[in-house]
Amino acid sequence: MPIDKLPKECEKPARIHFTLNGEATEVSFAPYKTLLEVLREDLNHMGTKHACELGECGACAVILDGEPVLSCLVLALECDERDVVTIEGLTSNGELHPLQEAFANMGGSQCGYCTPGMIITAKALLDRNPSPTHDQIREALSGNLCRCTGYLQIFDSLEAAIREISKRKKATETT
Amino acid sequence: MASDQRLPERVSKASGPTGEDLRVIGKARQRVDARGKVTGQTVYADDISLPRMTYCKLLRSPHPHARIRSIDISRAAARSGVYLVLTGKDLPIEYGILPVSQDETALCVDRVRHVGDPVAAVIAREELTAFEALDLIAVEYEILPTISSPEEALATPEPRIHDYGEEGNIHKRVSFEFGDVDKGFAEADEVLEDLFFYAGSNHLAMEQHASVAVKDREGKLTLWTSTQVPHYLHRALAKVLEMPAAHIRVIATPNGGGFGGKSDPLNHEIIVSKAAMLLGRPVKISLTREEVFYCHRGRHPVLMKFKTGVKKDGTITALDLQTLIDGGGYGSFGVASTFYTGALQTTAYHVPKYKFRACRTFTNKPPCGPKRGHGTPQPRFGQEVQMDKIAERLGMDPAELRLRVAVKPNELTANFLQLGTVGLEECIRRVVEMSGWNQKFRKLPEGRGVGLACSCYLTGAGLSIYWNKMPHSGIQLKLDRSGGVTLQAGTTEIGQGSDDVLAAIVAETLGLRTADIRVYSGDTDLGPVDLGSYSSRVTLMAGNAAMQAAERAKAMLAEPVAEKLQTTKERLRFADGAVFDTAAPEKRVTFAEAVCLGESRFGTIGTVGSYWPPKMPAAQYKGGGVGTSPTYTYSVAVAEVDVNPATGWLRVVRIWNTHDIGRTLNPTIALGQVEGSIYMGLGEALMEEQDFRRLPKKLSHALVHKAPSMLDYKSPTSLEMPEIFTEFVEGPDPRGPFGAKEVGQGPLLPIAPAVANAVYDAVGVRIDEVPITPEKILKALAEKKAGRAPRYGPTQFPNVTWPEALRVPPPWDGGDGHAINEAPRAPKPDGEKEKVLSR
Repeated sequence: MPIDKLPKECEKPARIHFTLNGEATEVSFAPYKTLLEVLREDLNHMGTKHACELGECGACAVILDGEPVLSCLVLALECDERDVVTIEGLTSNGELHPLQEAFANMGGSQCGYCTPGMIITAKALLDRNPSPTHDQIREALSGNLCRCTGYLQIFDSLEAAIREISKRKKATETT
Repeated sequence: MASDQRLPERVSKASGPTGEDLRVIGKARQRVDARGKVTGQTVYADDISLPRMTYCKLLRSPHPHARIRSIDISRAAARSGVYLVLTGKDLPIEYGILPVSQDETALCVDRVRHVGDPVAAVIAREELTAFEALDLIAVEYEILPTISSPEEALATPEPRIHDYGEEGNIHKRVSFEFGDVDKGFAEADEVLEDLFFYAGSNHLAMEQHASVAVKDREGKLTLWTSTQVPHYLHRALAKVLEMPAAHIRVIATPNGGGFGGKSDPLNHEIIVSKAAMLLGRPVKISLTREEVFYCHRGRHPVLMKFKTGVKKDGTITALDLQTLIDGGGYGSFGVASTFYTGALQTTAYHVPKYKFRACRTFTNKPPCGPKRGHGTPQPRFGQEVQMDKIAERLGMDPAELRLRVAVKPNELTANFLQLGTVGLEECIRRVVEMSGWNQKFRKLPEGRGVGLACSCYLTGAGLSIYWNKMPHSGIQLKLDRSGGVTLQAGTTEIGQGSDDVLAAIVAETLGLRTADIRVYSGDTDLGPVDLGSYSSRVTLMAGNAAMQAAERAKAMLAEPVAEKLQTTKERLRFADGAVFDTAAPEKRVTFAEAVCLGESRFGTIGTVGSYWPPKMPAAQYKGGGVGTSPTYTYSVAVAEVDVNPATGWLRVVRIWNTHDIGRTLNPTIALGQVEGSIYMGLGEALMEEQDFRRLPKKLSHALVHKAPSMLDYKSPTSLEMPEIFTEFVEGPDPRGPFGAKEVGQGPLLPIAPAVANAVYDAVGVRIDEVPITPEKILKALAEKKAGRAPRYGPTQFPNVTWPEALRVPPPWDGGDGHAINEAPRAPKPDGEKEKVLSR
């Protein structure tokens, strides 16, 4: 039976208030939309990539209240009063995050389509565990598919970023 | 973070040129497009959103093979929010990537040929509305018999899937004989006959195809799309839309991965273009992952029969190869793919007499086309596994056997392919040393094994897809008095790093940094024609064009600068953002000052460069064009595997590989190409398969894709990746810019056979097909235990009625590249007014 008409409540726009990359943000949208769709279509944040929409590839990863999630599997309605970090939130004052810097330098990004999700997942890992082992890195990234690199240069990138973050931390501790 | 730009320890370089003073080329650098990619600022086609944009969804056939009796679009068209519904009659003109197989229409006109073939398009204000309206279209189908395999296609000439081709459901048959193979086999001490099968697979690029079309303010068409071939798409659009090509602008957005999957003009690109022209509003389409599996154009499944004669010392006396190819529902690149299943069997080892016959059939599956290695990984797998068997039969080490028969530099092969530099022997020696081959082969404990395989690949197809005399690549440079350089190219950045390679060549020549070059690529309005990002052609072809344009610009600056510095042009050096006198380096001007001097002398500084491949000797016989290239690369790999004999579980532990790259332009990118190729090769070796479920004929005509999602279609994750050790064997080839050859495809080719050979070393069973799954290993182990042939693989090659072979005597038999039994060929159409050959 084809759907000729959406239920009434689906036609009324929903509205949420949440923190997006550190900024208070209000947005109204069609209530059935996922966080991915709202970020891209209603907030014009195109850095989070649209791919499988089935939670299979990791390209749309964002950080929700400190946890990496696949934004294609989260309803935007669930994000009211919550904290969302996307790839756009990683640079500060035009400076790249060490992960971004390392991915750019070490060949961690080729076509770039998996890169935002990959970097976000890596950031969520490093936020929890600043010095993961090689195996923990492989495990943490296993839900983010990349078809270009064969992953090794992505591991290089993470490891370079870890070194840089720890170097910066030491530098701020000594000053 | 300069220290972190170092290369990882797992990569090394052998025998590179020394004593050169290059500042950009060969240095590990951040690629020019990296920042946009790590910040999420790179704009892919799906990221484009325009005011008043509408959305397109396609109604796809649920049947593998059916006639369309009627389509009723009235309910869909009447639905609120729907602006337009298109069907096949709106876009009836046929197109296709190859002039000889113009067999697609953007929407099916009277016949569907595979599940997923598009039948109608709905364009609506919201994507959801378009999607829902698809349900309101009523299509009446008349079911036709399903043809699910090449064997079934050969046995079922009627109904024909297409009413062109050789006969029945045979799309293309080719037959060649280079020298008398019977004589060659008579001279052999051993003759081996083996059957192999290589499964089909999808590219699975992370970015699903997307396109946005708009009728621009001048009433012309602009299409942003994820294509690898804006030029060929441009031509197809002009043909199907019956518009002047000059009124169409194709902008290839950075591709989120291509691997060959975006090398055809695709139906959705044509549909949104038509819709945008009719509606006067932007029209967008984003394919779902499932739809990408129906678009396909992936690796052809190929059944192969190799018969090879060898002498006791390993010398090959003759090779007879037959291939049977599952083409799917349309031509795509298939005619070229057919030739490719045998074109490169002579380019790694010296084969004095060669017979090659290939047959591509139509089947009711999504069309196959080019995937990384285009048509050559399949026969490479067969040849390399058979070489392993030959070595064992002769009691010879497989590396030693290959060293004995390796081709030599500048050799002209039996099928008249002109080789360039050949680093094969050094690649073999180096990989043997790196991997500790001599301590491992046949010496590891049961369950552990190593295998070796070699390969060869093109550095750019030697001929264009349509006949013409124009350049294959063009580059345009604009030098600005600010010191900036703008590079305009028709190439497409598909992730392989083509923008960076072009910037590096220009930067090195003009003494700049890559960051000083602005690259505009993939836009048919802005850049000169480039044939596209396929066949590993961009570095050599567009690279040479970039070099020519940069040299011309340099010459324009050198003259007034030499005058100003009171020296000679010959003594000038362009480096580090300046131009100086090499004899008195304090006499210098900045690059920006040099451009000002040039502009004052000559006016605006703009230069162009072009590249034509050299004349190809193989192009003299019919069908000889496929496989030609300005030069070839060689890759050698050793795989070490672990096989559990109880479960059949196969784990690849390590890969060592060497690649004959000519010159490494940016080692960071080159390493990424090698490791990415190995990764993709492992995917095909171990798990990837575009496979279909055929229900018993009595029950159903259905032919269903087994895995049309990323979850079901298995590909290696970060957890499956083995350790990889890479060595670049350098030896600049004068045909390439700074001596560079390709690196994006070749390293994939030896992986699957190296793994198969390693499995044999580990547990003594031959898996003569990919993917090599635990189930197949267990079956072969059971055969071994039962005292039968320890093997899993195809057991028969069906009878194909082959046409009379085109006989081309090889160079050593006095041949000149012409066939001795060929009717004279019609002259080629004139280059200036090339025409699309219709079938």
